[in-house]
Amino acid sequence: MRLSGRDLTAIRGLKTVFSGVSFALEAGDLLAVTGPNGSGKSTLLRLVAGLLRPAAGSVTIDPADGRDGVAHLVHYLGHLDALKPALTVRQNIEFWIRFWGGGDVAAALERVGLAALENLPVAVLSAGQKRRAAMARLVLVDRPIWLLDEPLTALDAAGATMLGEVLSEHLEAGGSAIAATHRDLPVAARATLAMGATA
Amino acid sequence: MTAFLAMIAHTARLSFGSGGGALVALVFFLAVVTAVPFAVGPDLNLLSRIGPAVLWIGALLASLLVLDRLFGDDRDDGSLDLLKLSDLPLELVVLAKGIGAWLATGLPVALASPFFGLLLGLEPKALAATTATLIVGTPALTLIGAIGAALMAALGRGGLLIAVLVLPFTIPVLIFGVSAAASVSLPPAPFMAPFLILVALTLASSVIAPVAAAAVLRFGLD
Repeated sequence: MRLSGRDLTAIRGLKTVFSGVSFALEAGDLLAVTGPNGSGKSTLLRLVAGLLRPAAGSVTIDPADGRDGVAHLVHYLGHLDALKPALTVRQNIEFWIRFWGGGDVAAALERVGLAALENLPVAVLSAGQKRRAAMARLVLVDRPIWLLDEPLTALDAAGATMLGEVLSEHLEAGGSAIAATHRDLPVAARATLAMGATA
Repeated sequence: MTAFLAMIAHTARLSFGSGGGALVALVFFLAVVTAVPFAVGPDLNLLSRIGPAVLWIGALLASLLVLDRLFGDDRDDGSLDLLKLSDLPLELVVLAKGIGAWLATGLPVALASPFFGLLLGLEPKALAATTATLIVGTPALTLIGAIGAALMAALGRGGLLIAVLVLPFTIPVLIFGVSAAASVSLPPAPFMAPFLILVALTLASSVIAPVAAAAVLRFGLD
């Protein structure tokens, strides 16, 4: 599967965040998106996910699967962890299993190193543990495209290693990923997209 | 279908859990209903005449006040993005969240109304009619409120603003709900005609509200 973006332009409010950004991603590729704060890394990921609409340009998947957009093909790991503080880690993950269909809670929590904490409410977890719980969703349901926005934030060294393992398994299995980051990714990126500084 | 049911159960569970508003709605309903006799005085005839209207206004306010975070919480914690990245259309996500919110607030309020109606000296027939109209009418209140809740999420606001925005649009539901509920105490007035219009309002809002709220969530949050 080939994911490409052509001449993407994003406008937030009245300000052009970036314009004319293009990229292409084959199966097994990891694209690192770098750039200073405010250069539009997060905006680009949200554009690719279809959460924002580009002011110009398009995101396409080849071969097209006859469905509109890429929403059903992407995992989006944003700044926010999308966890309900009142529910336990297991309850949070179980909801997404039922919502997306399929997946194994125990295996996913084991993979991200949270098996021992599954019955704690998310409210008492540390920032890094919440990040791990959010990452459990990546391995829960198989989706070919991962969009990772600053995936290393709040993770410790072991967490970064774990992310590297999960990510390389995904790439070896023919998936692809785009990661916006300031730090070195634990997996070598096939290509780097440097976003410009804001004008 | 599994996703739809999961969304309903998730919303209802969060409403009943800590930070949810399900019990607050019920207690607020009780507070409104019990405050009226103190204001009106111990005139049982008067109370039983205005009783259905008081129960309906209490149910209306209770349903709307707890809806302000229906989508706001999901937007703030990032869940809304993931809900959009699924096979379930956003319209059905909205409908499922509306049903979940109704199960946690509207239904308990409707089921409690015969007991709270006793405080207002309602006749058994009027109690039954009021409960029936509330069970049928509160889904419309919650669904119309869901449009307001989507606007709240888009504006990044919460609190009483939702009641101010949404209340005018719930007036038809209130009119037909109260006229059906009060008709049993006023013999020549028909029950079925306003009751069926109330059913129609609920059915219409279950189609219109999900489309409207989903449009707000899609384009209002860019």
